[in-house]
Amino acid sequence: MTETAILPIPLSGQLINLCAALMLLLGFAMLAQRRILTLINLFMLQGGALFASTVIAAHSTGQHHLYWSAAITLLLKVIGLPWILHRLIRRLSVKWDVETLLNIPTTMLIGIVLVVISFNVAQPISQLSGTIMRATIGIALACTLLSFLMMITRSKAVPQVIAFLAMENSLFFAATSATYGMPMVVELGIALDVLVGMVILGVFFFQIREQFDSLDIRQMEKIKEE
Amino acid sequence: MREWQEIHWILLLVLGWIGLGVTGLFAARWFTFVTRVLFPLGAANGLLLALLALTGMMTGPQEAILPFGLPDLPFHVRLDALSAFFLLILGAATAGVSIYASGYFRREQGASPGLHCLLYHVFLAGMAFVMLANDAYAFMVAWETMALASYFLVISEHRHAEIRRAGYLFLLIAHVGSVGILLSFGVMAGSTGDYTFDAMRAFDGGTFWATAAFLLALFGFGAKAGLLPLHAGLPGADVAAPSPVAALMSGVMVKTAIYGTLRISFDLLGTRLWWWGVLVIALGLITALFGVIFAAVQSDMKRLLAYSSIENIGLIYAGIGLTLVFHAFAMSNFAALALTATLYHCINHAFFKTLLFLCTGSVLHATGERNLGKLGGLIRHMPWVSWLALIGILGAAGLPPLNGFVSEWLLLQGFLFTPGLPHGYLNMLLPIAAATIALTAALAGYTMVKFFGVTFLGQPREERLSQARDVSRLKRIGLLWLASGCVLLGLLPNIVISLLEPVTSLLVSQGRQLNAGMENWWLLAPISEDRASYSPAIFFGGILLLIGAAYLCIKHAFPAATTRGPAWDCGFPMQDGRMQDTAEGFSQPIRRIFSPFFRRTCELPSPFDRQPHYRNIVEDPFWYWLYLPIARLVDLVSRFVAFLQHGRIAVYLMYSFITLLTLLVLTR
Amino acid sequence: MNLHALFAQLLELLLALLLAPVLVGWINQCRAWLQNRSAPPLLQPWYTLNKLFRKEVRLADNASSLFRAAPYIVFSCMALAAAVVPTLSTELIFSPAADAIALVGLFSLARVFIALAGMDVGTAFGTMGSRREMLIGFLAEPALLMVFFTASLISRSTSLATIVQTLAHSEFVIYPSLAFAGIAFVMVLLAENARVPVDNPSTHLELTMIHEAMILEYSGRHLALFEWASSLKLFAYSCLGIALFFPFGIPESSGFLALFTAGGTMLLKLIGGGFGLALIETLSAKMRVFRAPEYLGTAFLFAVLAMLVHLLLETGA
Repeated sequence: MTETAILPIPLSGQLINLCAALMLLLGFAMLAQRRILTLINLFMLQGGALFASTVIAAHSTGQHHLYWSAAITLLLKVIGLPWILHRLIRRLSVKWDVETLLNIPTTMLIGIVLVVISFNVAQPISQLSGTIMRATIGIALACTLLSFLMMITRSKAVPQVIAFLAMENSLFFAATSATYGMPMVVELGIALDVLVGMVILGVFFFQIREQFDSLDIRQMEKIKEE
Repeated sequence: MREWQEIHWILLLVLGWIGLGVTGLFAARWFTFVTRVLFPLGAANGLLLALLALTGMMTGPQEAILPFGLPDLPFHVRLDALSAFFLLILGAATAGVSIYASGYFRREQGASPGLHCLLYHVFLAGMAFVMLANDAYAFMVAWETMALASYFLVISEHRHAEIRRAGYLFLLIAHVGSVGILLSFGVMAGSTGDYTFDAMRAFDGGTFWATAAFLLALFGFGAKAGLLPLHAGLPGADVAAPSPVAALMSGVMVKTAIYGTLRISFDLLGTRLWWWGVLVIALGLITALFGVIFAAVQSDMKRLLAYSSIENIGLIYAGIGLTLVFHAFAMSNFAALALTATLYHCINHAFFKTLLFLCTGSVLHATGERNLGKLGGLIRHMPWVSWLALIGILGAAGLPPLNGFVSEWLLLQGFLFTPGLPHGYLNMLLPIAAATIALTAALAGYTMVKFFGVTFLGQPREERLSQARDVSRLKRIGLLWLASGCVLLGLLPNIVISLLEPVTSLLVSQGRQLNAGMENWWLLAPISEDRASYSPAIFFGGILLLIGAAYLCIKHAFPAATTRGPAWDCGFPMQDGRMQDTAEGFSQPIRRIFSPFFRRTCELPSPFDRQPHYRNIVEDPFWYWLYLPIARLVDLVSRFVAFLQHGRIAVYLMYSFITLLTLLVLTR
Repeated sequence: MNLHALFAQLLELLLALLLAPVLVGWINQCRAWLQNRSAPPLLQPWYTLNKLFRKEVRLADNASSLFRAAPYIVFSCMALAAAVVPTLSTELIFSPAADAIALVGLFSLARVFIALAGMDVGTAFGTMGSRREMLIGFLAEPALLMVFFTASLISRSTSLATIVQTLAHSEFVIYPSLAFAGIAFVMVLLAENARVPVDNPSTHLELTMIHEAMILEYSGRHLALFEWASSLKLFAYSCLGIALFFPFGIPESSGFLALFTAGGTMLLKLIGGGFGLALIETLSAKMRVFRAPEYLGTAFLFAVLAMLVHLLLETGA
């Protein structure tokens, strides 16, 4: 009989780990994706994984406010924002392939390095935290950094916004896994912020396109003092 | 006084080589004598050396002091398991190469055979002496002898400017390297001024000086071995040298650098830090990847093999680095595993690389062509060389059941233990690094398919290739010896590993050994059978059995006729041999995928060009980033020095006078 | 060496030889249904093999002995690979002979020989196919090896039998890393077996093909051996996927009853897996050859991520 490499963690913990792994997977999938439509769908899936993990955490720990967070996640990130984004790109008619500033394999390699770094950085933190989701802090951090990387490497405005939203997803996940979520008021506030931010950015898109006939943010480099 | 031990016999054999060389010089006119008597004698000498080294590995260290050398500075020599192992590689590979060389040299070509004979045997003796030396002074003398002899061998066809240039670069880099080695010895000797290795083992100068010595040694030996970015000298030299010499340089001479690195880092230095290992792994893997990518795009047979040597050196260094890391974290069992993989790869590379170089030599002799773009279809005219080269490429590509696979398997097993390292980043980064080894091995497969396919398969690209003749009997013996070495090393890994055991226990594990014994010789399971096992004998037997069964069944059940006809031309009847994929064509995907690695100039003809001309040059970017700036810097500095030169004797005398005066004033 | 293990081994080899073409037939059938075509019979690959074996062999004038030996070598490599993967039992004669790494080596040995055979006659297509095959090979091999690394880190062994035992017979645990590894493995499987996103097994359009280009010069029994070998390769890969990711039901012993139930579950899993493959192939379009590095790079990345996730989540550091 060989010894198994795994510690006996409860099934709920394993399921949360699975969700965390899925979030990371989707983070990478978004990093590698060229098409905006798929990008939005991936974002929706990531929201779904987040929702699932929060519900499992709520169920297994009996923390009822987590159910509320999960509900907000479902409403906002799985249904609301993707719907807005879909409408937006239809209105803007931007279904084109996204150009990336760096080629995709290089981006992915950098992504791997980020994952290694964040796993190692998170290890001491997760040893402090006592939640059943502590092992996932590293993944949450990695997802945040990956979204950040995506924001850097995309040259179009819409993918950048999606990256921004994904970053918010992973921050939320980090909060849940470290301390079982933030106080309800803070979460509601953030949710509202994201929604408002989304609306404002939507308005911006139209303005940018009016101005430059394009959503390429490289156009914005021209707006500077001569 | 005392009875003769292995070390004395080995010294006698080394002297024998020198004697053969000198005889060759005196009998320079007598061509048949030199080639048919002296070279085979040298081969027998090598075989004896290998046997003696084999017994020497089993016995404890033996020391001796030679009566010659400088006054008060006699040569110390020592034979322990490590040096015996490398002497074994030298002897075994030389036996094949020398037999081959006796059929290789021809009358009216290059330098006279007598001179060749002298240089060749002095070169061999130099290498053997490097491995025997037990003080820094003897080591450096042997090292320089080896370097100079190989330099003169490289430029033996010195009428070509290109060859002179390659030789010059080779010599230059080798000497820059030996400065590093010398400084490293200087650091280790400390202030005692005692340059014997025994004194250096006792030296303990703290971490800083140990690190300095290690880095200097890594630089110095890396320059000889072709570690990035000091690799520029090797490919040119291997191309320029006659094939047996290139085989020795690529297969054996670079191993002296591996020997030196192992000797200094595991034997002479008392302390070892884990980050040395990481540095060596990183350098090794980058070298391996760079080497194999460049090998894949070459269209000169010998240059391709030379870059492939750089790749193998990279893998060997990665193994050394892994050993250092495990050793630094006191995981001696795994360190022994990694070191076994390293040493195993050393001996494997010595066999398959010499075999392949000798095969290119045969092709070169038979066709006069080194360029892959003008070869092709030689398997029909040179079956011996082709089939033996096939064994070589299967070994070099790291495919089971041949030898290259065993060492790569061991190395990967070693990397599989890295997640257990008690260090945050290493336990995640090193397993990923193992992927580089897999990529390198797979690319080596690509390169070797290209090498073999373009040279030996397909249709001949030139008319005169159909005049090619297979090799003579003497050469055949040499090639067969090396090829059977490849096969046996692949099929009997456990026996080899149990032979390596004295070396690993000397350097890293102090008595603990891997799970490899004679009793179950057919099953390689270095840690435990549950953990990992590989049995090349069953593997090979299984394949042979299935081939036989399939052949017999089909022969009896479906005895359909076999006819011959022209190849299907896809509806285009005007195809000829020139329309096959060339070497450049075959490597096109590599050029495209790994384009950041190259500095590339490409000329595509326009579609309306009546006389289209296609040019595609792939160059080493290091040449432009590193070597040329350094050369310019040296130029600049030397111009300042030139300012002191006036050409008038009075001025020079004045310099001496002022120097003398200053020294007098300062010393008082 | 006991007789049960020998019997299990022989039975597995025989089953692989018999079932491999049927698996290909099943996938073709599923593909046809999914694409609204009328399907060929399930045993169509066997009919084709039978026909090819009876035909005369037409060799090119300049074909060398390597050309004639290659089909046998490739075939026996693939048969050995199918025999090494534990499907019916983990107690097999061949299982100590080759672990996961050696299995990768075995596949690349076959690949080198098929590529060399493609170059032997010296037609433009053969060489082009060989070049592309080696390209796919060197990109897929590191990814496959990383998948195996993940599995071996979980079970602390590279021996396939031990991996399957650990995954199938210890307490049920979810391994998120295996999800990543599974994706990577499927991607590698598609590329290595010349399936749709990388190559198309059912086309002879010269400019897009890889596998078919290499064996263009083969006919008669040689071609039959190659076809059989490639179906064996697909079979071995499918069994490998089953062994790594759905190992439940592979027994540790090799009693007759155990073998019988194992055979039944294996068949069910293969039917499911074959349908899945057909579904993937129907849903995706063939890529340009130069998208293949990106595709396989992604596979490699997933495999590396699998390993990292394992190290973070499952070692409990």
